[in-house]
Amino acid sequence: MTLIAIASIVTAGLTTGFGCMGPALGEGRAVATALTSLAQQPDASATITRTLFVGLAMIESTAIYCFVVSMILIFANPFWNHVIAQVMGK
Amino acid sequence: MRLSPDQMILWQHGFLKLNGTILFTWGLMVVLAIGSKLITRNLSTELTRSRWQNLLEMVVTGMMKQIKEVGLRNPATYLGFVGTLFLFIAAASLCTVIPGYEPPTSSLSTTAALALCVFVAVPLFGIEDQGIGGYLKSYAEPTIIMLPFNIISELSRTLALAVRLFGNMMSGAMIIAILLTITPFIFPVFMTMLGLLTGMVQAYIFSILAAVYIAAAVAATGTHKPRPEPATNT
Repeated sequence: MTLIAIASIVTAGLTTGFGCMGPALGEGRAVATALTSLAQQPDASATITRTLFVGLAMIESTAIYCFVVSMILIFANPFWNHVIAQVMGK
Repeated sequence: MRLSPDQMILWQHGFLKLNGTILFTWGLMVVLAIGSKLITRNLSTELTRSRWQNLLEMVVTGMMKQIKEVGLRNPATYLGFVGTLFLFIAAASLCTVIPGYEPPTSSLSTTAALALCVFVAVPLFGIEDQGIGGYLKSYAEPTIIMLPFNIISELSRTLALAVRLFGNMMSGAMIIAILLTITPFIFPVFMTMLGLLTGMVQAYIFSILAAVYIAAAVAATGTHKPRPEPATNT
């Protein structure tokens, strides 16, 4: 039981930590490119901003998936419930 | 700690449960429906108009403009669907300033339902535009090899819509709950403000993505009417 708790918490931390790295780099690149193109073509700002927001949401959702997985591991762990049910059954 | 308002059970009788999600969803629906009914009861085309009518006109024309910019030619057809999604999600996240309220969109059931609405509506709009054969043929574009991948993308983007909205709203509520136990004085206020901003951005993104998917389904084949050429500078 303790083993499951340790594994869940450590994995949750690793999931969010590593899962945020990729999207962070990606979002940085996206925003930097968008700023460059905004500086070059201020007329197209509406289109660039809208596409940027939609793209950022797409990139960000991968980080959100990792976050949801770690939240499930901490607060709604399926293995945890299974073990508790087994202990109660004995 | 509660992960979602699903676990907040207010009333239970047998297998019938009234949880927080249902209560807040219906509350929002009632407020939105009665509010728009009251505002549209006496519309005027004169110069003097009520401030509520101004607000509603601003919202509706703004949404029409956004839908049009995505590439849908007559936005009024899609305004009912996309606009309702936007208004519901925006109201759900804006009402978090009310104490005791939890956004129904921070429950995976609500967001899954909204994503399923998009999942069903996209083929319906596509079939309405180019017929059932034309729409089904768009799955086998550009070659028949792409057929399974197109179907997978259809399913995965529904999942992505649901989990994205759920994750954002849930994380906002949870961060505030955690901060309240650590620094309960000023800092949660700033996080609430950030949560309001995130909520608006998510509402915008959800509805604009729905509009993008509809636009892709409507104009997937090359048979549609050609777009008007942009005015060239002389």
